[in-house]
Formats: sequence, structure tokens, C-alpha cells
Amino acid sequence: METCTENVLYQQLDSVMAHYNRSPDALIQVLHQGQELFGYLPDEVLRHIARGLRLPISKVYGVVTFYSFFTTVPRGKHTVMVCLGTACYVKGAERILARLKKELNVDLGQTTRDHLFTLSAARCVGACGLAPVAMIDDDVYGKLTPDKAVKTLKKYR
Amino acid sequence: MPAYRSTVLLCAGGGCISCGCLPVREAMEAELKRRNLADEVRVVQTGCVGSCDLGPVLIVYPDEVFYQKVSPGDVPKLVDEHFLKGRVFERLLVKSAETDNLIATQREFAFFNKQVKIVLENCGVIDPENIEEYVARGGYLALGQVISERTPEWVIEELKKSGLRGRGGAGFPAGTKWDFVRKAPGERKYVVCNADEGDPGAFMDRSVLEGDPHRVLEAMAIAGFAASADQGYIYVRAEYPLAIRRTRRAIQQAREAGFLGRNLFESSFSFDIDIRVGAGAFVCGEETALLASIEGKRGIPRPRPPFPAVSGLWGKPTLINNVETYACIVPIITRGGDWYASIGTEKSKGTKVFALAGKIRNTGLVEVPMGTTLREIVYDIGGGVPNGRKFKAAQTGGPSGGCIPAEHLDIPMDYESLAKVGSIVGSGGLIIMDEDSCMVDVAKFFMEFCTDESCGKCPPCRVGTRQIYGLLDKITKGEARIEDLHLLEELCGMVKESSLCGLGQTAPNPVLSTLRYFRDEYLEHIVDRRCPAKVCPSLIRYSIDEAACTGCSLCARNCPENTIFKVEDQKKYRIDPARCVKCGVCFDVCRFGAVVKS
Ligand SMILES: Cc1cc2nc3c(=O)[nH]c(=O)nc-3n(C[C@H](O)[C@H](O)[C@H](O)COP(=O)(O)O)c2cc1C
Ligand code: SF4
Ligand code: SF4
Ligand code: FES
Repeated sequence: METCTENVLYQQLDSVMAHYNRSPDALIQVLHQGQELFGYLPDEVLRHIARGLRLPISKVYGVVTFYSFFTTVPRGKHTVMVCLGTACYVKGAERILARLKKELNVDLGQTTRDHLFTLSAARCVGACGLAPVAMIDDDVYGKLTPDKAVKTLKKYR
Repeated sequence: MPAYRSTVLLCAGGGCISCGCLPVREAMEAELKRRNLADEVRVVQTGCVGSCDLGPVLIVYPDEVFYQKVSPGDVPKLVDEHFLKGRVFERLLVKSAETDNLIATQREFAFFNKQVKIVLENCGVIDPENIEEYVARGGYLALGQVISERTPEWVIEELKKSGLRGRGGAGFPAGTKWDFVRKAPGERKYVVCNADEGDPGAFMDRSVLEGDPHRVLEAMAIAGFAASADQGYIYVRAEYPLAIRRTRRAIQQAREAGFLGRNLFESSFSFDIDIRVGAGAFVCGEETALLASIEGKRGIPRPRPPFPAVSGLWGKPTLINNVETYACIVPIITRGGDWYASIGTEKSKGTKVFALAGKIRNTGLVEVPMGTTLREIVYDIGGGVPNGRKFKAAQTGGPSGGCIPAEHLDIPMDYESLAKVGSIVGSGGLIIMDEDSCMVDVAKFFMEFCTDESCGKCPPCRVGTRQIYGLLDKITKGEARIEDLHLLEELCGMVKESSLCGLGQTAPNPVLSTLRYFRDEYLEHIVDRRCPAKVCPSLIRYSIDEAACTGCSLCARNCPENTIFKVEDQKKYRIDPARCVKCGVCFDVCRFGAVVKS
């Protein structure tokens, strides 16, 4: 069962690479899709991409480690991204982060025991008018207080 | 097609979506149907209106009545009052900050009526997901006109006349850049749009792509025509999923309508656009790093020259401009370079969009003529600093910029004036701070940003920013000596002089500008070991005023360190100073003002 779904994922990854004509230039776009499909970028996936785009694996690692968006360890089902940009900093984003760390019992970059949430930080999600802001997956939550942030998590449990 | 009596514009910018505007839309459509008004009143979902803190926002045309903070539950009453009884539903109107009077229309609202919208003229007015609305407002006419009736030289001449300068930060004249690319030798050329928007605090590029994406596509096609390029790329940061989605859709629609693709307007000119999504590296906003990233590589800047105009993507001449720069192109083509040049100041032409945020009553996007004073933006448009606090500084230009103190509130916001006071226009982020911000901590905040985002290529930037951060950290901890201040200034000079790219060259700016205007605050940290804004944890302490404490235990339950304990036999709480990490949570949660910071 497991391998079966995995095969499908690899097939989808292959069609993404085909869409970009297996051009090495498409590496970052393919990594995005890979992360979307698998949830993270494990070794095997990186090797598969390296082969598919005819790139040395060292080059693929180089790119993956350079960009903070890519992760080689599994993430929780949901990513909680607290904005630590300027507007949010001025409006007390640190407190939101502190509270979420306590609530989830994890540090930045870590995933909760139940694999539900990964806590991360962003440099600005472009909703500065609503600072302080956090994103959970693709959804933006603004004008947060530490309490509101914790309440928002409940929707995802 | 029914003739609508009214149109309800519903802001669906990123901000309003997060405030729940989509359920409002559903409620509105259901309610209109229920009252048999669906054929008379049309609901249009637009991009960002600009007043992000008031969302969800509705504007009802033709009267331009402006409703704020609408919830789905308000909708039946609103429809009843406005559309059936024909009167304004007062409960959802905005109140004037000075007079407490109700403001009924967008025109009467100072936040809007002091603005001049060119870049944002369609944002919040059209449905960004529907190309027909863009076309109905004259969209793609300029492209058609340019291709069928004009020469590339004419386009560049108009652009030069307009005086438009790049809005991505450096302020380089756009016409000159387009001319370079046009004249650069080479068969294949590219047009690139920089939508990386890395300055934390700026969100105009996001709003343009979310609210009016075709304007950027059309401008890039015009740029392709002027520079003889047939392929464009938009590099968008991954943090903007909605902008990516709407831009993708816009590209698809433009292709279907024949505005992108082969032989546009039955000419020999072909042009297409693809999106490249960034992956969370600030340095990729720098043009050479961005180009490397589009090529699928690590985003590491390279020395210039050669400039991208000569050798860019895959070594080919490449025109790279910012989203807002492109967003000015169509109006310049349509109304002429002279018209554009009549707006703004002598050397800074046109309008600039500022992203107003921080300690300010009205946050959001504000488009004003270059040269508008900071005071007008903060007080007339922004409504001033809330909660009875005082304006302390405005931060512009993000991690490359500086802080403007109250004594310079009358400064005209343009490239030259801001440079004179040691700041920059940058991408237009404008963060207002009140007395609760510690300027040393602000400097430290930006320096941490730069140490994190330095790509590591050149040692002055990689190591120097760390050392500066270390010194600032010492100061905020009350461990620094006066000599450290000189060392700090020296290091700043060194990093500025010897870094390769703009990141390192400008990283010391927030430190230098706060040192320039808030030196006393640095000295207080060093000499008196005091943080006057009561921000730096090492220099403050929290305690509970037992007279004010009601014993509700809220602070104790929220303290992450469990260091607040109940005083024996009393309904009072006390903090154990030895274990307190000074996170400030207790101070925030206490409803009785019993937690004191000193
Ligand atoms: C570290 C660094 C970050 C930058 N980030 C951005 C950015 O996010 N968006 C942008 O448009 N320009 C950014 N720039 C400026 C670009 O290098 C380039 O000048 C700009 O895209 C040119 O377009 P313009 O002439 O229209 O401004 C950045 C520059 C540096 C040095
Ligand atoms: S929240 Fe305030 S009033 Fe309540 S126990 Fe804490 S300090 Fe006392
Ligand atoms: S400042 Fe933070 S750690 Fe200290 S007592 Fe208050 S809540 Fe606890
Ligand atoms: S600074 Fe937090 S959204 Fe921009």
C-alpha cells in the first residue's frame, strides 16, 4: 500500500520534470513540487530529482540547503509560520512566538510529537497592515494576540 | 445582461481574506437572492482596497459608500437598510479620528482622499481573476497601440520623458535601463519582473499582483516589445501563494485572449511569460542573485559589471524591473511621459506606494505623489499614532534603510530628501514606531535579519554583520562599554565599504541612522544600564503591584516559566525574579494593570 502511493508520487514528480523538459534550470521549481507531493524532501527524492534533471547530487544538496523554504526532515501536517518581520516585530510578534512555543512545546523549526504542527518563522508574509500575523499553511491570520493564536490552532486539531 | 443598479465591491486582498471576507460574500449573494435583488445588485470580488486594518471592507457603487468590518451576520441588515430602504447603514461606517463624525463615502475618508492612485488605480476596483474587467478599463489597449503604431524608440523616449525611476530600491531611471537592454548586442533577450519583495514591511508588490495582475503582464509585454525580448519571467516569493495563484490565472487568461503568445495583435512580435517561485532567501531580491535563482541555482550575487542589461539570464541581455515599476508603464504609455513627469518633485517623478504599518491608526497601502511629507502620510492619511502614544520614528527602506525621527516629520518623501537624512525610499515599507520601541533593539532586529540572510560569499558581510550584532547584543544587555560604540561605528564603515552586494553595503544603515538620531538612547543603555523604552529584557524587571492584583491568576496560568506563585493565605500573586525570563506575557494578560515593568 505504502509503496503503491509512493510510486504514484514519483510518477507525478516525473511528469513535473517532463513539463520542464528535464531542464536543470527547473531545479527549484521541481523541488517545490517535490516538497508539495512528499511533504518534505527526503534523500531518495533528491536523488530521484538529480537523476531526472541530470544534475550531480551535490548540486541538488547545495540548492536545498541554501533556501530556507526547503526541508529534508518531515514536517507536521500543518506549518505554523509566525511572522517576525518589522511590522510584526513592532507589534509584539515575539510574544506570539513565545506563546506558541509553550503551547506546542517545541522550538522554532521543530515538529510536535503528534506530527500535527511544525513551528516556523517568516520574514514578512505581506500582511503587515494586520500585524502581528501568522500563517497556518496558506491561510493568513492577522491582528493576533497570544490567546488568539492559540485559539486559531484549535481549528486545525 | 441585466442593468445593475448598484455594484458591491468586496475587497478580497490577502488582508481581507484573513479577516473573513469570503463568508461575507456568500452571505451577501444569498441575501440578495432572497430579496430578489440579484439582478439589480452585482457583487464583485476585488483586490486590496488598501485599508487593511478595516477588513472585511465593502464599497457600494455608485454612491461609494464605504462599509468596514462587515461580518456575515451584518449582511441581512445591511441589505435591508441600504438596498431596500435606500439609506446608509450607519453602524458599519468609519468614524473620523478627529471629530468622531461618521464617514459615509470613500471620498470623504481622509485615508483615501489624500491619495493619488496610478499604480493602484485598479486595485480594489476590478476583479483580478477576470480579464474582461481589466480590458473594460482600457486594459491591453496600450500594448495593442504600441505594437501596431509605435516603435521601440518611441516607447523608450516616453519612458525617459516620464522620469520614472525603479521602485525596487535603487531608483535607477527606467527609460535608461530599457535603452541599455535594447541596445545590448544579442539575439535572445529576456524581461524579468522582480516580485521577491523581501523588505519585511513592504507589501505593495503583493497587492498589485493580487489585485491587478494584468497591469504587470501588459507592461512586461510592452517591455518585451521595446527591448526585443520574447520571453518574460516573474520571480515571486513563495510566501505569497495567493499572488502566485492569481498571476498564474492571469497569464492563462491573457494567453487565451491573445495578449500573450505568438504574433500578438497580428504582428511579428511574440511574447510569453512564466512564473518562477522563490524559496525563502532574502538575497534573491538582488538582481544578479535573482537571475541565478531563476536558472535553478543558489541565489548568490555576483559582481557587476557586467550588468544584467548586458549579461543576465543565461548570459543574455536581461531587463529586470520591480513590480511597481512595471505597474507605472501602462499609464505612462496611455497618458504620456509628460503627464507622469508633472506629478512629484523635480528629481523624483510620479507617485510612490508606501506600505503603512506599525503603530499607526490606519494601516495599509497608501499611494501619494513623490514629495508628500511624512507628516501628511502619518497624520492626515494614517490618522496618527493610536492609544495616546507619541510618534518616535518612521522606519523606511527595511534592513537597508534608516529611522526618521520626529524632528524630520516635515521631510518630503522622495529619493533625495530621504538620502539627506540618512534613510532611503527603498521599496516603500513605512513602519511607524512609538515610544514603546527601543531604537537599539530595532537596530539589533535588523542586524539579526542581515546576519541570517547574508549569503556568506564575502567575509565583511558574513563576519562583520555578526560582529555588529554581537556588539548590539552587548549594549542591549547592559554589558557594553563606551569604547564599544566607536568599535561599532568602525565596523559599520568597514562592512559598508567592502561588501560585494547591496545587502552588505546597506546592512549597517539601520545602526548608523539610529546612532545618528538616538545616540542618547545608546548611551543610556551603556552608561546607565537602562532601557528607556523598557524593551531590553536584561535591563528591566517585572513585578506585581499587590494593591492592584485581584488574584485572578491569569498571569500565573500564562507564564511560560511558571514563575508566578500565589502569596500564601492571600488572593495575591508574586513573581520570582530569579526565574523570570522577562517575556512580558504577564504584563500583557493582566486586565488590572497590576503587572509593572520597571
Ligand atoms: C539585498 C537586496 C535585496 C533586494 N530585494 C529586492 C526586492 O525584493 N524587490 C525588488 O524589486 N528589488 C530588490 N532589490 C533591488 C534589485 O537588485 C534591482 O535593483 C531591482 O529589481 C531593479 O528594478 P527597478 O529598477 O525597477 O527597481 C534588492 C537589492 C538588494 C541588494
Ligand atoms: S492577572 Fe493581574 S490581577 Fe490577576 S493575578 Fe495576575 S497580576 Fe493579579
Ligand atoms: S515576564 Fe514572562 S517569565 Fe517573567 S513572570 Fe512574566 S510571564 Fe513569567
Ligand atoms: S512584517 Fe509581518 S506581515 Fe509584514
